[in-house]
Amino acid sequence: MDHTQTADPTRRDFLYIATGAMTAVGAATTLWPLINQMNPAADVLALASIEIDLTPIQPGQSVTFTWRSHPLFVRRRTPAEIEAARGVTVEDLLDPVARNANLPENAPATDENRLSPNAGGQQSPRAEWLVVQGVCTHLGCTPEASTPQARKGDYGGWLCACHGSQYDTAGRVRVGPAPRNLDVPPYQFLSDTRIRVG
Amino acid sequence: MSGPSTYQPKTGVTRWLDARLPIIRFTHEHLLSFPTPRNLNIWYTFGAILTFFLGLQIVTGIVLAMHYTPDAEHAFDSIEHIMRDVNSGWLIRYLHSNGASMFFLAVYIHMFRGLYYGSYKAPREIIWILGVLLYALMILTAFLGYTLPWGQMSFWAATVITSLFSALPGIGEPIVQWLWGGFGVDNPTLNRFFSLHYLLPFILVGLVALHIWALHVPGNNNPLGIDVKSPRDTVPFHPYYTVKDFFYLVCFLILFAYFVFFAPEMLSSPDNAERANPIVTPPEIVPEWYFLPYYSILRSIPNKLAGVLALFSALGVLVFIPWLDTSKVRSSRFRPNFKLYFWFFVADCLILGYVGANPVDATLLNTSIPLVYIGRIATVYYFAFFLVIMPLVGWFEKPNPLPDSIANAALSNAPHGSEKAT
Repeated sequence: MDHTQTADPTRRDFLYIATGAMTAVGAATTLWPLINQMNPAADVLALASIEIDLTPIQPGQSVTFTWRSHPLFVRRRTPAEIEAARGVTVEDLLDPVARNANLPENAPATDENRLSPNAGGQQSPRAEWLVVQGVCTHLGCTPEASTPQARKGDYGGWLCACHGSQYDTAGRVRVGPAPRNLDVPPYQFLSDTRIRVG
Repeated sequence: MSGPSTYQPKTGVTRWLDARLPIIRFTHEHLLSFPTPRNLNIWYTFGAILTFFLGLQIVTGIVLAMHYTPDAEHAFDSIEHIMRDVNSGWLIRYLHSNGASMFFLAVYIHMFRGLYYGSYKAPREIIWILGVLLYALMILTAFLGYTLPWGQMSFWAATVITSLFSALPGIGEPIVQWLWGGFGVDNPTLNRFFSLHYLLPFILVGLVALHIWALHVPGNNNPLGIDVKSPRDTVPFHPYYTVKDFFYLVCFLILFAYFVFFAPEMLSSPDNAERANPIVTPPEIVPEWYFLPYYSILRSIPNKLAGVLALFSALGVLVFIPWLDTSKVRSSRFRPNFKLYFWFFVADCLILGYVGANPVDATLLNTSIPLVYIGRIATVYYFAFFLVIMPLVGWFEKPNPLPDSIANAALSNAPHGSEKAT
């Protein structure tokens, strides 16, 4: 019997497999930096949080800021818009989850859960402020919002012209193809007229 | 197909070279004496036209890169600099941007040709699959290149297309951030897109070499779809097809020149003359004309993940065509039923393109029928053509009788008094 055909693994078999395994591990570890270099760089990740002064924003107005390369909508809602947002039952929503970075992942998408955790409840003046990322959850377009003549869709919030998604006055998706509510970024009130995002 | 080489080196130098690197022999076999079916028609000249355009895109692209700045702050200005200040810059840029459109026009004709004459069937499956790969890489290269001018449509096309991957459950967001190198399309994205846009054409060149290599094993298919049986069925590639390819290339270049010199911006979106603005999406995002059918398929499906999967399947299904078509007969000339469905399919692609070019809430002409319904029907036909019609028609269809040889068929059709059999 030839020694390469023996049933028991030989010293040579062991060396073959060990060499092959080390080569595979070495190749993978060499490849990783070449892949990982494309992930966000340290300076991009280090983008500081921004502070926004709310005083100039009038009721009914939505102002667009930039945070982490994306538009950020800061909207001062009218009492009617707040009523409309609160009048919706969570079961009727396309996406029943709050998508609020300040809350647990499974928080229901009530109007209250779409606000800052230190908004101070429904009666607080802070409840009129809605802060969401202006990135349609379908394919990343910016919904129309920066001008008074912008279309707001059937639910009074935002309309994304790219593929027709509509959001309500709490930034929740009401008409597809967008699968998720607009994301609420991590932010909190520093005072009644100042917030910090990030 | 290429038999024993007929090349005879005549001088001492060529004999010396031939024994060491038979490059002249190789060229002679594959470009000059290569036996080619004698009945290839105009639709078989698009391979040469495509090769020309790949070369043109590489040459104009290298020149443009000498003046372009891949930086989000300066990219848009550097394009204006090319258009206004660089000597002949406008010409080179218009050749490059319209060249991409002509490249796609030619590749679509080339692909429909292959579909009509059954050029993907055994033993040419690998040629077809390499072709699909080439087409996919062309799409990727064109998309990356379209981002570089950093206009509004560049920016938002990059955003929308990269966001397609966010539809994947779980891994979607990390993949998109990896593609962007940040939290949105920004300078890192532009830099890597430029790097890859420069790289991919050279990979295309390599794949073209494989495509032609695979072609030169069985040799060309032909409009009759029957095999070459004797030397009477073939003519040498040179001068017969070098001249024919060159003639139709010149005809095609006349069309190209019309666009470059008289309508250079006709095929591009006016929104791209505006600098990229990350906080304002243009009212209507429309891709370049050559992506409209796919865009239409994406928009026809109201679910995000399903839409994205349909988009990629529309391209992926092409790979399986050699096995989806069950007919033994290659050419549609002898397939009365398949021929009909083929022309429906061509019309279907044009309808998808028309739907994709219109706003998402548009209606059909003067009626109140939403275009999205037309898009859905057309999307269903697109997939049904490959997945249902191709297999079934192959089984049920009774093909017309095939001619016994290429030479007999070609010469019996020849007008009175033309060439006699060679």
